[in-house]
Amino acid sequence: MVLVYAESPKGKFKKSAFEAVTYGHKTAQVLGTQCVALTLGDTENAGQLGKYGAAKVVSVGDAALNNFDSQVHAAVIADAAKAVGASVIVVSHSSSGKALLGRLAARMDAGSVSAAKAVPTNDGAFKVKTNVFSGKAIAEYQINSANKVLSLMGNAIQPEEVGGDVAVEAISVAVPASRVTIKEVKTVEGTVPLPEAELVVSAGRGMKGPENWGIIEDLAATLGATTACSRPVADTGWRPHHEHVGQTGVAVRPNLYIAAGISGAIQHLAGVNSSKVIVVINKDPEAPFFKAADYGVVGDLFDVVPALNEALKAYKATS
Amino acid sequence: MKLLVCVSKTPETTAKISFSGDNTQFNEAGVQFIMNPYDEWYALVRALELKEKAGGSVTILNVGPAANDTVIRKGLAIGADNAVRIDAEPKSSLFVAKQIAAHAKEEGYDMVFLGKETIDYNGSEVGGMVAELLGQPYISFATAMEVNGSTATVTREIEGGVEVAEVDTPFVISASKGLAEQRIPNMRGIMMAKRKPLKVVAATDATDLAVVASYELPPAKSAVKLIDPENMTELVRLLSEEAKVI
Repeated sequence: MVLVYAESPKGKFKKSAFEAVTYGHKTAQVLGTQCVALTLGDTENAGQLGKYGAAKVVSVGDAALNNFDSQVHAAVIADAAKAVGASVIVVSHSSSGKALLGRLAARMDAGSVSAAKAVPTNDGAFKVKTNVFSGKAIAEYQINSANKVLSLMGNAIQPEEVGGDVAVEAISVAVPASRVTIKEVKTVEGTVPLPEAELVVSAGRGMKGPENWGIIEDLAATLGATTACSRPVADTGWRPHHEHVGQTGVAVRPNLYIAAGISGAIQHLAGVNSSKVIVVINKDPEAPFFKAADYGVVGDLFDVVPALNEALKAYKATS
Repeated sequence: MKLLVCVSKTPETTAKISFSGDNTQFNEAGVQFIMNPYDEWYALVRALELKEKAGGSVTILNVGPAANDTVIRKGLAIGADNAVRIDAEPKSSLFVAKQIAAHAKEEGYDMVFLGKETIDYNGSEVGGMVAELLGQPYISFATAMEVNGSTATVTREIEGGVEVAEVDTPFVISASKGLAEQRIPNMRGIMMAKRKPLKVVAATDATDLAVVASYELPPAKSAVKLIDPENMTELVRLLSEEAKVI
């Protein structure tokens, strides 16, 4: 049995949870077994996970689980796996999923793969691919243990509807007391967080100053994209640190990454090279970023970005 | 306060990545190795700051062969008091975590620090594994930490923001950018590092449960398609009809 932990922050599933269930369903097919989804804490409409291939949903509704603590969550997930007879566990490669992955692997003495990017194969050996060297290479891992834990890279596969809602069964699992007290949560509301964003508009030092960011925000608004920036821009305080994309910042994997006025240092590329399509706007035709780009525009971003925004508005008006 | 900082050796960030042995091994020829930046810049330095303020000791731990001693000495030069190298080839995350946990159990540290991930395998796994093996809380991706007595107030990265949490020692913490500022070792530190104790111990028995079977390089990117800056309508058309991303 494959058990998928479907995260429900503030009671709601995000797209990453549906991706994880789709992935769990496909993994179960490879192994010739079934996929069960697990929800923890308050969850709205958990039965919908059936649409993405969960044969059933089990839930531990204890409100203490609304606050994330990897120690508590890992204990509950491992016990739930035992209760449903699952030997393979799938979590999202989110901030919580990354903390859970290691804990679950250690707890279950399981081989694990972090940020899996493709459905496993099982021709004599169980193998899963993931990016390594900050996206500069791909490694295929082989897991030799009976228990296996995988975290699924965001946007690696798309949710697929294969069925309808299923029954939700409450299961009884002991919830240990947490030793971590959450004092405060500060999140930016209204925009999709960068690690999950499918469309990103990013800008760098070519912007000349923070007062010029209006054209980037306008373009992002037209697209419904999340804004991002390069490291020097965050370091000089032009933009907040959570927008910094790169080796030491956030790694993004959107469908579309538009970079304006970013030269494309190797450390920046390490954060964006999982993007499906990259558009680079730079007045310097020698900017290294063009080598990593699918589409390039050599020109002054102060002309090109507003022109692109107008062209997009015209496109949106007719489609 | 008794502090442990786990450090890894990684290829430097601009290293050319290639493979040998029919794509089963990372090709180390010509590659320069460094201490994993998250371990060095943030985890180690924050541990040193705590020691400077409240007293205690900072121990560096590496799981690896003798060739890793240069990286360990650098950590000692930056200011760690002593070092332990567990003599084994680190092939899988759980193997490494079991080595760290065995040592930490024996020594009983107040805090175990790690970087949020290594820049080669990017797994982010070992911190959670060590915490689980020690039965301790795990604060991942910390960007700030203040310590008052045995209670730490930690800011950590979550999706689209941060969370502030309180936790009592002992615990395991992984460091993100922001937790501290990089320190460059000075001459005195480098000289002193040569005399600081580096203990080499044998590995604990553990099996590699997940290992790399093969590597591949990502498919070569096709050449960039240049668009006339006067014709953004064409770019929008390509994004819609060719790339199908809008």
